[in-house]
Amino acid sequence: MAAAPFLSGCDMALLDPAGPIGAEEKSIIILATCLMLIVVIPVIAMIFLFAWRYRASNKAATFKPDWDHSSKIELAVWGIPCVIIAVLAYVTWVSSHTLEPSRELVADKKAVEVEVVSMDWKWLFIYPELNIASVNELAFPAGTPVHFKLTSATVMNSFFIPRLGSQIYTMPGMETKLSLLADAAGDFDGLSANYSGGGFSDMHFVAHAMTDDAFAQWVEKARAGEGKLTMAKYRDLAKPSEKDPVSYYAEVEPTLYHDILNKCSDGSTCMDATVSLAMAKEVAGGDLQLCNPAKPRG
Amino acid sequence: MSNAHSVAAADAALLHAVEAHDEHHHDDGSKTTLGFWIYLMSDCILFAAVFAAFAVLRGQTAGGPDAKELFSLPYVAGETAFLLVSSFTYGMAMIAAEKQKQSATLRWLGVTLLLGLGFMFMELHEFAELIGEDAGPDRSAFLSSFFTLVGTHGLHVLSGMVWMVTLIAHVLRRGLTHANIVRLTCLSLFWHFLDIVWIGVFTIVYLSGVAA
Amino acid sequence: MFGKLTLEAIPYHEPIIMGAVAMMVLGGAALFAGITYFRLWGPLWSKWLTSVDHKNIGIMYIILALVMLLRGFADAVMMRTQQAMASTGAAGPLPPEHFDQIFTAHGVIMIFFMAMPFMVGLMNIVVPLQIGARDVAFPYLNNLSFWLTAAGALLINISLAVGEFARTGWLAYPPLSELQYSPGVGVDYYLWALQISGVGTLLAGVNMITTILKMRAPGMTLMRMPIFTWTTLCSNMLIVAAFPILTATLAMLSLDRYLGMHFFTNDGGGNAMMYVNLIWAWGHPEVYILVLPAFGIFSEVISTFSSKKLFGYTSMVYATVCITVLSFIVWLHHFFTMGAGANVNAFFGISTMIISIPTGAKIFNWLFTMYRGRVQFTVPVLWTLGFMVTFVIGGMTGVLMAVPAADFVLHNSLFLIAHFHNVIIGGVLFGYLAGFTYWFPKAFGFKLNETLGKVSFWCWLVGFYLAFMPLYALGLMGMTRRMNHVDNVIWHNYLLVAALGAAVIACGIGAFVLQILVSVLNRKALRDLTGDPWNGRTLEWATSSPPAFYNFAVDPVVTSRDAFWEQKQTTGAGLQPLPAYGKIHMPHNTGTGVILGGFIAVLGFALIWHIWWLAVAAFAAAVAVGIGHTFNENRDYYVPSETVAETEGKYFKQLTSQV
Repeated sequence: MAAAPFLSGCDMALLDPAGPIGAEEKSIIILATCLMLIVVIPVIAMIFLFAWRYRASNKAATFKPDWDHSSKIELAVWGIPCVIIAVLAYVTWVSSHTLEPSRELVADKKAVEVEVVSMDWKWLFIYPELNIASVNELAFPAGTPVHFKLTSATVMNSFFIPRLGSQIYTMPGMETKLSLLADAAGDFDGLSANYSGGGFSDMHFVAHAMTDDAFAQWVEKARAGEGKLTMAKYRDLAKPSEKDPVSYYAEVEPTLYHDILNKCSDGSTCMDATVSLAMAKEVAGGDLQLCNPAKPRG
Repeated sequence: MSNAHSVAAADAALLHAVEAHDEHHHDDGSKTTLGFWIYLMSDCILFAAVFAAFAVLRGQTAGGPDAKELFSLPYVAGETAFLLVSSFTYGMAMIAAEKQKQSATLRWLGVTLLLGLGFMFMELHEFAELIGEDAGPDRSAFLSSFFTLVGTHGLHVLSGMVWMVTLIAHVLRRGLTHANIVRLTCLSLFWHFLDIVWIGVFTIVYLSGVAA
Repeated sequence: MFGKLTLEAIPYHEPIIMGAVAMMVLGGAALFAGITYFRLWGPLWSKWLTSVDHKNIGIMYIILALVMLLRGFADAVMMRTQQAMASTGAAGPLPPEHFDQIFTAHGVIMIFFMAMPFMVGLMNIVVPLQIGARDVAFPYLNNLSFWLTAAGALLINISLAVGEFARTGWLAYPPLSELQYSPGVGVDYYLWALQISGVGTLLAGVNMITTILKMRAPGMTLMRMPIFTWTTLCSNMLIVAAFPILTATLAMLSLDRYLGMHFFTNDGGGNAMMYVNLIWAWGHPEVYILVLPAFGIFSEVISTFSSKKLFGYTSMVYATVCITVLSFIVWLHHFFTMGAGANVNAFFGISTMIISIPTGAKIFNWLFTMYRGRVQFTVPVLWTLGFMVTFVIGGMTGVLMAVPAADFVLHNSLFLIAHFHNVIIGGVLFGYLAGFTYWFPKAFGFKLNETLGKVSFWCWLVGFYLAFMPLYALGLMGMTRRMNHVDNVIWHNYLLVAALGAAVIACGIGAFVLQILVSVLNRKALRDLTGDPWNGRTLEWATSSPPAFYNFAVDPVVTSRDAFWEQKQTTGAGLQPLPAYGKIHMPHNTGTGVILGGFIAVLGFALIWHIWWLAVAAFAAAVAVGIGHTFNENRDYYVPSETVAETEGKYFKQLTSQV
């Protein structure tokens, strides 16, 4: 970290984005601020100006105690903000769609898929295509879109890498989606941005954007990790813990993410199975007898 | 109360003003009724929130029984009949009260109370059966929201009945005084309001639950 | 016998907590001893605790608010200290399990037990006077509302000494607040404290709306009402429409926790997102419940001290009503990051920024009220000017975060914390403190010391900027809220400045307390005999200070806005003695409110600790007392005309002796 006590553009993670999402969000922040300053600066100036000019001791100033209406002024004070908000509303509408977190980024290179699980109090990253997993460390090739699918094993958290842009909630039993991209290789701080209990403050991780070669090496490192992340190992991992060191898993139980999302990693009936059972009952008019519906997979 | 003014005021206009303010400040019941209306509207929003929760969670049976398996429309139609008729009998009580017929008022209130009791009995019976069939409020989100919605209505009916007993005591004690008529009017608003809420419960919970 | 309650529940081993508890106990004991020594229990009971006089109830509300301000601010100081000391890798003085209770308590106390009672207190004191009424519509209910609020506040304070408070954040999002993740009694304290005080607030709202709609002086049409009365009306309509949602939501969470239901649990088909939606469907209107009355106060203050009519009264009223309606369709902007989709996010983003239009119009109206006026820089005006500058900045950052794409990076960051303190301190609190100073002489008959008031204002203003501007910067650096510790030298320096800001605000609070003490000691010199110390415009100034318990001996007749100002213009003077007075119909005091409040506090405590027999007993007692009260026929009486004539005579004699 820099030694100077107060800094500066470079320390403002949000103003120093390292990917296209963050960059667009930065420019929207700046644009919106400038638009609003068109009104805000004159208002602040007028507050000081009017208060000083019409101070009680200034007998030279005009005094009109009964003046309380002017259609022109009313028109201006309602009209000008309306115009600015209209412009801002347009920006909002467009940017809400272009920057919608679930919208998948497209680039020349094929995207990397990562399944993210927030746990008490650590992050589990599963790479379904590579069949590896890591805890508290995220790595991906730079210049490549990363498509995240996210859920939570316990309570709500928010997955956030400030320099890359958008955060998104992770919620138990629900899946959110996020797509990010890092322009160049670099290490970026990642964290949970939604309070989740005692170990929350240490729920951070480093996101490494790497060259393709370095990423391939990282994958190899992971494959040399702690063996397979089986359901049993996962249940062990799921116990609340703080400040967990980075660890890697060479292999992952294929249904793990599905089971966490459907709240059946503890062996109970999966949510999606319950839903399809209910639908089956619906179709069969409620007379369907199903004994002990087994978990569909795993 | 105006005949109570024996103030020998010199100023006729002043006397008029004094009289005007006295009426202005002495409640003729309209403040109470308005206040009670406002309270009812807020209660309406409370029910709206619980209805919303039910609408969100009605499909979340978590592998447990759904509405179709649990509810019997004829039974609920019976409950509904109790409540609707009780609204009618309360209306009769109000008509009697307006005519200052104390014993008729009390009789109709008594009938209303009995009908309310019948409704409560049927509801509690239904709840007990469901809990007995392992379909209690802790079985699934659907059942949580069902028990809460119907139970919230039931608690309202129960408090309406406690209130009714209180008012019967008031009427026995003081007769159909102005204050007691205002009270009866408020309870009447409350009782009819619960009827309207029940129509919502009947339609959204039972009818559409069984028909869906 | 005692449910979950054992002696273990008292945190003996926590020196900080035990210190605070010791201070509370000592303070309480000193108060008790003082009251006993000076034989004040009788007067306290008959004149205050059982009072149905809206002015006394208002004063009790504000005392409660100020006490809770100190408590909530102590939490703030601890948070700033912890983050400043634990930002370079050290652990800091507060472990997470303690720190997490503190930030939860800070939010809950400041919103529910500082801002709300402060607001209801000001309304209580002022609104009946402004509309020329003798009291509120339901005086006994008013007393009960206060005691329910006080019962909630009591439970929160008990949680400090017995058990724990919630570690969930001030809105207690599930599943964290569910039994599975919060098995302790902290969340239960949270639930019952809010439920009980929430019912009090709802009843106060019903009362205030009825008062304004039904009890205005003859001639006061809606469009002749003072702006503070208008904002009070809108704010209370929001209370009546929004608080039931809070009640229902918290009830569902309680059912999850107490009866094993599945509204928001992870299992059984529960849906935690529904809680987040419901709680904000209350929570966003709540923001406007708090700030609208503050807007009303600024309107009164700026017009009075500019000696000028309020600019754009009509558009001010329409702006208020617009905000009231719009406040219900913006709640989702609190969680754009939930992934609701682009159309939903955009809708709520745009509806949020539309609110800034009427709000902006209000700012301009205050500006043009000063324009061609004669602005006196009294303490209330300083608060108003400080508010205008600060609030404009807070509004700007608010609109910025209403853009979902910007919120994706700013959400939950310290930027957000800075934003809402910017509007709540800069808008709400500055407003209430302006109102406090402005109406203090009305409630007590003497003004507050001007110099100390200015010292307090400048400390608050400077302290606010020192404390929160660094948080804006930290948010842009990516620091999120509710962090117990971090390791970042640069952040550390910003956090040190923020802690310094908290210290400066502490000076502001110190000056404020000193101001009250000095003014009380000096009350003879600061005495206002006229009842109209600021050359006021609205009816509350048309009475003595403090007003007689019946407020107005004769109903004022209103023919225009700024009714008292018009009267002074046409007659050239304020209140005039009359040749004769009529008798006045007034309500008796009643102890029912305080007794009911007591039983309900016991009920809450019993439910928190699962002491079922006590809960049943307290509930039965409360119902019995409530029903018993309806059989009390001796509720009101007539003040004889001689007493009125005597009281009024004394006041006019005082007036002439002063001249």
